[in-house]
Amino acid sequence: MEKGKGVMGYGRRWAVDFSDNSTAPSSRDIPDPPGFTRASVDQDESAVSRQKKDAESNWKAQKAWEVAQAPFKNLLMMGFMMWMAGSTVHLFSIGITFSALWQPISALQGVGKVFEPFKDNKVDLLGPKLLFIALNLGGLALGVWKLNTLGLLPTHASDWVSSLPPAQEVEYSGGGIPLQ
Amino acid sequence: MAIRSFLILFLLFFLSSLHPILSLYEDQVGLMDWHEQYIGKVKQAVFHTHKTGRKRVVVSTEENVIASLDLRHGEIFWRHVLGPTDVIDGIDVALGKYVITLSSGGSVLRAWNLPDGQMVWESTLQGPKHSKSLLLVPTNLKIEKDNVVLVFSYGRLNAVSCTDGEVLWKKDFEAESLEVQQVIQCPSSDLVYIVGFAASSQFEMYQIDASNGELLKHESAAFSGGFLGEVSLVSSETIVALDSTGSILLTISFRNGKISFQQIPISNLVEDSLGPAVIIPSSVTGIFAIKMNAITMFIRVMGEGKLEVVEKTNHETSVSDALPISEGQQAFALIQHAGSEIHLTVKLAHDWDGNLLKESIKMDQQRGLVHRVFINNYIRTDRSYGFRVLIVMEDHSLLLLQQGAIVWSREDGLASIIDVTTSELPVEKDGVSVAKVEHNLFEWLKGHMLKLKGTLMLASPEDIAAIQSMRLKGSEKSKMTRDHNGFRKLLIALTKAGKLFALHTGDGHIVWSHLLQSLHKSEACQHPIGLNLYQWQVPHHHAMDENPSVLVVSKCGPSSDISGVLSFVDTYTGKELGSLTLVHSIVQVIPLPYTDSTEQRLHLLIDADKHAHLYPKTPEAIDIFQHEFSNIYWYSVEDDNGIIKGHVLKSKCTGEVADEFCFDTRELWSIVFPSESEMIIASVTRKSNEVVHTQSKVIADQDVMYKYISRNLLFVATVAPKASGKIGCVTPEESWLVVYLIDTVTGRILHRVTHHGSQGPVHAVFSENWVVYHYFNLRAHRYEMSVIEIYDQSRADNKDVWKLVLGKHNLTSPISSYSQPEVITKSQSYFFTHSLKAIAVTSTAKGITSKQLLIGTVGDQVLALDKRFLDPRRSVNPTQAEKEEGIIPLTDSLPIIPQSYVTHSLKVEGLRGVITVPAKLESTTLVFAYGVDLFFTQLAPSRTYDSLTEDFSYALLLITIVALVAAIFVTWILSEKKELQEKWR
Repeated sequence: MEKGKGVMGYGRRWAVDFSDNSTAPSSRDIPDPPGFTRASVDQDESAVSRQKKDAESNWKAQKAWEVAQAPFKNLLMMGFMMWMAGSTVHLFSIGITFSALWQPISALQGVGKVFEPFKDNKVDLLGPKLLFIALNLGGLALGVWKLNTLGLLPTHASDWVSSLPPAQEVEYSGGGIPLQ
Repeated sequence: MAIRSFLILFLLFFLSSLHPILSLYEDQVGLMDWHEQYIGKVKQAVFHTHKTGRKRVVVSTEENVIASLDLRHGEIFWRHVLGPTDVIDGIDVALGKYVITLSSGGSVLRAWNLPDGQMVWESTLQGPKHSKSLLLVPTNLKIEKDNVVLVFSYGRLNAVSCTDGEVLWKKDFEAESLEVQQVIQCPSSDLVYIVGFAASSQFEMYQIDASNGELLKHESAAFSGGFLGEVSLVSSETIVALDSTGSILLTISFRNGKISFQQIPISNLVEDSLGPAVIIPSSVTGIFAIKMNAITMFIRVMGEGKLEVVEKTNHETSVSDALPISEGQQAFALIQHAGSEIHLTVKLAHDWDGNLLKESIKMDQQRGLVHRVFINNYIRTDRSYGFRVLIVMEDHSLLLLQQGAIVWSREDGLASIIDVTTSELPVEKDGVSVAKVEHNLFEWLKGHMLKLKGTLMLASPEDIAAIQSMRLKGSEKSKMTRDHNGFRKLLIALTKAGKLFALHTGDGHIVWSHLLQSLHKSEACQHPIGLNLYQWQVPHHHAMDENPSVLVVSKCGPSSDISGVLSFVDTYTGKELGSLTLVHSIVQVIPLPYTDSTEQRLHLLIDADKHAHLYPKTPEAIDIFQHEFSNIYWYSVEDDNGIIKGHVLKSKCTGEVADEFCFDTRELWSIVFPSESEMIIASVTRKSNEVVHTQSKVIADQDVMYKYISRNLLFVATVAPKASGKIGCVTPEESWLVVYLIDTVTGRILHRVTHHGSQGPVHAVFSENWVVYHYFNLRAHRYEMSVIEIYDQSRADNKDVWKLVLGKHNLTSPISSYSQPEVITKSQSYFFTHSLKAIAVTSTAKGITSKQLLIGTVGDQVLALDKRFLDPRRSVNPTQAEKEEGIIPLTDSLPIIPQSYVTHSLKVEGLRGVITVPAKLESTTLVFAYGVDLFFTQLAPSRTYDSLTEDFSYALLLITIVALVAAIFVTWILSEKKELQEKWR
């Protein structure tokens, strides 16, 4: 990346400005052609651009909803994979479960980024975002549930008492068969 | 938490999918383990040197071993360990190729092939009554071209053929109440004399024709004074005896069948009376020795029954039997102690004043006195006689002396270990380190080159052998300092001879040995007997500068009310720090779970009058003790009258033995077993130093069971009195085995099971909340092992996760035996193929690692059996969850996997005990098995999950790392180049 910049930086010794100054009446000596009114063009152009913008925002909203719904497919697929993995602890099921946990978490972390391209003051992103979050939370829940079915969550009494040391005894007693 | 439970599950899964086999590879033998062979205190030795073959000596020992030893180095050529009841009465060599042994009180006569020790024949001898048993191998007595062995046993004289063990003739002496003393062969004729006493004042002599057993002559003569003890044979027709008071010497001659007495009072020979005399048994022609207190006298028998004192000495003296050398001359050896030296004298029997040999040999004080002397001769290059002498010392060691030096020595006291404990080695410090550094750089380089060759598979067979010997002799494992993993320790062993040995666990060498002065015979203590070893001081936290020490408890005689002796021995140096001869007796020693500021453990000694004495006798100890006074109980298992009693400490002693450290006790409870139906045969408790990791047991479906873990539990097994004998002497209907689990604080019987149709012997081991015991089932005609597990039902409802998460439970609060918790037990029985000699269980530092039972089998091997095989929750068809938990489907008998023999191909002859000591590394436990032999190894019941194994390929790891580093460099260079090219484009 850097080298490109460098080349560009050194390469720019001179420049030609090809920018169109037509919108501004730059030269008084050349009159406008008959039937041409600068204002109408301006108006027309703005209408077209508004139309364009509307279409774009519609498209953005649609896309945002699509993106928001994408985890659903993922969810289904994850469910299928989990079902395939079974409920015993081994490398495959562990891998599936951890990816099922990791994917939603990373997705949730990047909510803003995912919806960045669709950011528009006209598009209401709250709905898609909420859906996205909800679906990902669903995925997370699925992962946790899987973790639980694998027995890896400390939800049983056994998980909390498995390392409890034996209770101390108050009395002490010794002895046995007399020494011979 | 999740990770741990995951790990545990993973481990279980791993274990259940992989059958745990703990076998070794061939080249791993001797890396972790060592094996030492001993024979015990030598009773009798027969040299076999006159053939051109290998020079050897055949010995019989008090551990019932017969062995053939190499005279050059003292190594064992062959060895047979007879059973504990098969006591050897006599050995001899016949025909120059057979070793004849008489054992089991004279009922078993065996011949062994001298070169290889194979048994040639065995014959059983019987007779009318019990008597002393004597073995005589005549030199040139033949019956029909058959060499014979004469055996007197059970009141019968047998002539047994040397070649096949057939009894050629026998002669009974049942009519008379004969106490046989000697069987004497006339050197010139085929006559055999049998001499003995009858009715304590009658001297009897029988003359027998050795060719057919015919009684030729029987003479008897009465002597009013009676006879005492041994007789000494001074010629083939004369013996010397003592009268019953030990003050008159009797010379009894029976030449030509005529008995004549000559009485000479000892006071005639020596002026001052020194008390009663005893005869030192010997067979030197014309000379005998008597001992009066500390004075030993050698007396020559002149003609006509005249006696003459030739030497009187107050040094400790031992004398050998006579050794016939050329033309009727006899030589014998005499050993006298003088300070740190011993004087060896070899004399001719008829010439007291002339010495054939006189040597002084420096002797280690730790070996004590010479107990037995055996002499042998050889012909030097200048055709004169040379002598070698085999001596048996007080500490049971065996030494060969030749040309004024100790040629070799064997520490055979280690064959009779009474008790073993362990001690840590010193911490490595600058200057303290005793470790040897690598000899020099060249050696070091050579070693590493060899190792490299080995890993690259370039080594020749010689190189491989060199690598193997390097691995076995690694200086690392025999270092004299503590190691990180806790593999290096000292094994402190107390032997029957009263000697304390410290063995290094790395290679089994003796670090120090000490003959305890307190176990030495003295005026105050006539027959000291070593009893037990206890860890007296184990410094670890504070008091790191103190050396650890052990307590040796012994007593002065066999009776229970005789005074006891304590000695304290520093385990680093082997010095006796002090010893106490107590005024009271010792019936029980109770190590208390309290230590003082110098880490000395408090011990409670109970005497025969049921007083408790506290040691060490310091004010600090009494402070600690007073603090816990009301919580200390003790119990006694009186197995001879079938009572178990519980006691509590009451108050300070009153009466004559009163001192500050003595306490009266009061009987609290007693359990009386009905003597007509039950007899105590075994009682076992948990080891007091056992560490238990957790009180809960997680079973299938994440359910929890709470173990009932108490140190105050006693396992007792009783049998029907009729069934206490050997297996097969009672019918199944008449015999039963009852086992009890008793709380020793309250006397409450927690559990009781009756096994009908079963009988002992019972071997049991108690650990955590389970007990495993082994017995014989008469109905099934097989041995069985049963397991009982105890669970605490009163804790079972602690199942609320939130309470546990927040710590609102009382599972770890101190409990009292008086709270009487409700317990449930689970038990199961299995058949087992072997009978047992010992049983133990592995113990680890934190108690996390799964347990293995160590079973000392009847074949003198140690078998490791997973505790999982003795799990009462085993069922025929375990569910999936149970399988995941590691439950093995139920089978009727316990499997014996040949690879799980801890002793692999070796035998620990005469196995008596197995002890386990935890290493610092949680996965590993140290196992020491002792009997006549010693065996030590390291075990990892769940494999070494916390360290890399010996066969881990470090080379592969190194190569991988090197390859990765190289790859990083190469790619870095490539990327640099590429970048440069990019820039130039």
